[in-house]
Amino acid sequence: MTGSSLSASSLRVWVAILLIGVATYGFRLSFIHLFGRIDEVPARITRPLRYVPPAVLAALVLPDLVTLRPSVAATLLDERLIAGAVAGVVAWRTENVFATIAVGMGVLWLFRFVVFA
Amino acid sequence: MKGDTDGDAAEGTRTDGDLWAGVRDVSPLMLGIVPFALVAGIAAVDAGLGLAEAVGMSVIVFAGASQLAALDLLGSNAPLAVVVGTAVVINVRMVMYSASIAPYFAEYGRRLRAGLAYVLTDQAYALSVAEFDENPTRSRWRYYFGAAASLWVVWQIGTVVGVVVGAGVPDAWGLTFAVPLVFLALLVPAMKDRPTTAAGVAAGAVAVVAAGLPLNLGLLVGAVTGIAVGLATEVVEA
Repeated sequence: MTGSSLSASSLRVWVAILLIGVATYGFRLSFIHLFGRIDEVPARITRPLRYVPPAVLAALVLPDLVTLRPSVAATLLDERLIAGAVAGVVAWRTENVFATIAVGMGVLWLFRFVVFA
Repeated sequence: MKGDTDGDAAEGTRTDGDLWAGVRDVSPLMLGIVPFALVAGIAAVDAGLGLAEAVGMSVIVFAGASQLAALDLLGSNAPLAVVVGTAVVINVRMVMYSASIAPYFAEYGRRLRAGLAYVLTDQAYALSVAEFDENPTRSRWRYYFGAAASLWVVWQIGTVVGVVVGAGVPDAWGLTFAVPLVFLALLVPAMKDRPTTAAGVAAGAVAVVAAGLPLNLGLLVGAVTGIAVGLATEVVEA
């Protein structure tokens, strides 16, 4: 990596951090700051917000677990999808982040280093 | 209701207790926060960030899911607008928490409220609102601050450890696979009824099909579709 490309990518990273940080703080402060001027948050705002966590998280997770391939078998026989499916069951039964990571990584390594090796 | 102001010396002992109650009540949640913070550090190394940038992100953004998404996109050289846009969409839920917790902080001064807003997180919000309803005599800002500041400290330490550890692990181990696993652990409890489940299923399916879209737009298209499907399901059920 050359010095000039490093500093360009570093600038990009810092700009991203600052923009995300400013927007996020704005969201956090929004109603905590405004309260007193408005009595109640309109349902128009709160109703769609309810679906942001499941929608965004699912859109983040699924493409990392599933890659569409020409055949169904090739799509399903993927170490990431198998590990993700097992981890999903653990997440559902335990609601524990640590257990989900531990089991998911364990299954990934099992398939990568043993079964598919 | 008591006007719980900063200079109320007579309440000193009790309010110290309120701060520690927040610290104590949040401690079981650290079991989920520590691996999450480690992954944030590991993902930062993987995306090519240095220690200063990784810690800078954890301090300035301080919102795990958006940090991981931004790192993923930074690492795959997505355009800056997509990196920022995605992280912002993920964090817009903070508006909901801000609205919900605002009445409890209305009596405090502007500066204190501005500080309390900075440490607002999913966990601090959920824990504090439950406690405020159950235990109305608490010093609310102290309880909240005890919980929220503990999360902040653990998050920063975890990020640093993740950067140090992540730099020493071979790529073949696929440690960044822990990122979708963290999201999965957050996703499952977020799908708590039919409309939220429909939102998740639709968003995930669309994001997989749209994964080939340029500028990593599949994520945004999937998320917006999911929100629309959630709202539609709610209307159909009502």
